Amino acid sequence: MTRFMFPEIGQFSLILALFFAVALATLPMVGYFRQSRLLLNTARPLTHIMVCLVVIAFLLLAWAFITDDFSVLYVSQNSNVDLPLRYKFSAVWGGHEGSLLLWVLILALWCLAVALRLDSLPQTIGPLVLSVLGWVASGFLAFLLFTSSPFVRILPDVPTSGGDLNPLLQDIGLILHPPILYMGYVGFSVAFAFAVVALITGNLNAYWARWARPWTAAAWASLTLGITLGSWWAYYELGWGGWWFWDPVENASFMPWLAGTALLHSLVVTEKRGVFKSWTVLLAIFTFSLSLLGTFLVRSGVLTSVHAFAADPTRGVFILALLVVLVGGSLLLYALRAGQVRSSVNFGFSGREAWLLLNNILLSVLTLTVLLGTLYPLLFDALGMGRISVGAPYFNAVFGPIALCLMVFMAIGPFSKWHHTKLASWWIPILGAALLSMGLAATIVFWQTFDWLTWCSLSVAFWVMSMTLLDWFNKQFMAGKQRLNQWRTLPSRYYAMVIAHFGMAISLVGVIMVSVNSHETMLKMSPGGQAEVGGYVFVFDSMELIKGPNYLSDRGHFQVYQQGHLVADLHPEKRFFTTRQQVMTEAALGAGFTRDLYLSLGEKLEDGAWGVRIHIKSFVRWIWLGGLLMVLGGMLAAFDKRYRQKRKKA
Amino acid sequence: MKRIVLFLPFLVFLVLGVVFYFLLGKDTQYMPSALIGQPVPQFQLVTLKGEQIKQTDDLPKGSYLINFWGTWCPSCHVEHPYLMTLAEQGVTIIGIDYKDQQAAARQWLRDKGNPYTLVLMDELGQFGLDMGVTGAPETFVVNAEGKIAYRLQGVLNAQSWQVIKAYL
Repeated sequence: MTRFMFPEIGQFSLILALFFAVALATLPMVGYFRQSRLLLNTARPLTHIMVCLVVIAFLLLAWAFITDDFSVLYVSQNSNVDLPLRYKFSAVWGGHEGSLLLWVLILALWCLAVALRLDSLPQTIGPLVLSVLGWVASGFLAFLLFTSSPFVRILPDVPTSGGDLNPLLQDIGLILHPPILYMGYVGFSVAFAFAVVALITGNLNAYWARWARPWTAAAWASLTLGITLGSWWAYYELGWGGWWFWDPVENASFMPWLAGTALLHSLVVTEKRGVFKSWTVLLAIFTFSLSLLGTFLVRSGVLTSVHAFAADPTRGVFILALLVVLVGGSLLLYALRAGQVRSSVNFGFSGREAWLLLNNILLSVLTLTVLLGTLYPLLFDALGMGRISVGAPYFNAVFGPIALCLMVFMAIGPFSKWHHTKLASWWIPILGAALLSMGLAATIVFWQTFDWLTWCSLSVAFWVMSMTLLDWFNKQFMAGKQRLNQWRTLPSRYYAMVIAHFGMAISLVGVIMVSVNSHETMLKMSPGGQAEVGGYVFVFDSMELIKGPNYLSDRGHFQVYQQGHLVADLHPEKRFFTTRQQVMTEAALGAGFTRDLYLSLGEKLEDGAWGVRIHIKSFVRWIWLGGLLMVLGGMLAAFDKRYRQKRKKA
Repeated sequence: MKRIVLFLPFLVFLVLGVVFYFLLGKDTQYMPSALIGQPVPQFQLVTLKGEQIKQTDDLPKGSYLINFWGTWCPSCHVEHPYLMTLAEQGVTIIGIDYKDQQAAARQWLRDKGNPYTLVLMDELGQFGLDMGVTGAPETFVVNAEGKIAYRLQGVLNAQSWQVIKAYL
């Protein structure tokens, strides 16, 4: 009967973890002000113990799910005997309590990563960074324990089967999406910790930027991957073929991404040129605050959305308090300390600093655009003017042009030199690339009869691609008057930039094509019937009834022909989940490099006919392909050799 | 001067914090209907029993509830017993059998009891469309002046009744 103790052990290790987190938050801090090496050195062991305890708690919860321990309330709400094993495991973060534990686990793992790399940091900085992370960990552990413990029991009446996991979440995309997204969210806490330490020590030189860069890049790459996965999941799981909805919860992850992108670029300038120091610190605080705000918005029920899984006002108050302490505290610290910083280096209007400043301004404007769009309904409501919702039209109208503008400059930035660029030396290639991309875009637009807006956007995408390649070619072969066949090894961080920028352009092509070149119809089809959509013939072969582990399903068999050749077999489903009495649409996809065939079942009509929704999605994969390239770029930047040197022993 | 500028992010954050605080307690699920303050839209529907045609003029005088339900809707099973309780307390409820089949609906009312003073069939969902219904169950409060006063999406139960009562 020992197994019945496990949830209590889990709860207990969380309580212990909280104690160690609080110790981590205070002891090294006291050590710094008292100049006690002994206290500073406690940071590493304290971190190790805290991480172990959190890992134990997480594994015990996972164990409760795997062994169907329905005496645990959270397990009984989110799992079921019939649930396949992989979903039992992913159900650990299927609800509020568990996803918060996952949040804490990932924070702990980031702490561990910092603790392991402690040797590459100066002796006072490393422990202080861990200590600031300890503050964040204490806050979230307290939140977990006081408002949403996943280990609460329902005794003595233990349910026998459990309420089942939300069918929307029973999918491979959702096994991976939250952990990776959280890696990104929480990862920015490291950059935040570096910034706060820089403020505490008053040591706002360029070094902190150098230390923070790889961490920021790693967090950024995870967040990019998380958002990409989320968008892909929404595309095939939600059944209406969209890939981005400007939903408040999506925006909550998108805002830290935008701010994080700005931070990534501004850290470069601070490291290399020692300018924008105080701005970069603010941006680091801002990025992590937006991650926290995201958590708050999703978890407090302040906003309604398709994603809002838990809504509980007391939790909301707690997260708000946490936000006030962490964000308010750091902003206050910033206000008190940042005045001491003076940037002495000047820069010209044509230098790379200026381009990166422009990048930062535009990205900040974009972040504020999304923030305003997300919070506007809340502010409107708070002023007692009723409820409204700001939808996609606002975001598309405001966000689109600014983002395009940003991408125009994105192509020029890498070309420029620090401090000052001689315009004469690069206007010819730029003009060439511009004409080439506009020409190419015009050809496509003329051939496919799109409008001028499409032409504009396509030109920008081609412009970024051609300029990125041109810049690479220049740096690879032309610099230093070498001969054309001499191969130089460019640093991997340069390739990181090239790949990420290229990925952005590829995503843009996907976004444009999917919005102008897609076909969509809703038809009534009976078995044996066929329909033609966008040059493809869809033949409805038959329907069958199948039984899954925890659902019953109507499955359709469709064949798709293009010019007489079979191109895809599609099997869309309509699943009825028996425990939750919920119906889910499983769309069928015929994936392709230049187009996706997307078929989902609608309502069952009389005499065996079905409403069938057919989409032909042009270039939709490119959106995620570009995302993956950006991730690759981010990873390359994070693992650049330059950041891996250890501190020289004095 | 520069010092004051540095406090700006902090102050903006404080304002946001206060706004959030006041928003926390609110019920975000509540979406008002565009029809609030308007009379019930024109309709011509057939009654479930007796198959008579009823129009807007045939609606009762005084305040009442309009409840959209269907035998296909699991939440309506949950809601039904509470509707019975309300009917016993003397609340007038007009039932709209929404996108449903006549035989199944009759069987349902025979099995579970009938809380409705009048049940109208909205087989095609046209009246539901005019009322802006997004799914069943949904309940509208019509006040004594014949105007729509409140809309509830989802199950009517003891908790939501506390809110609804005030609009009758």
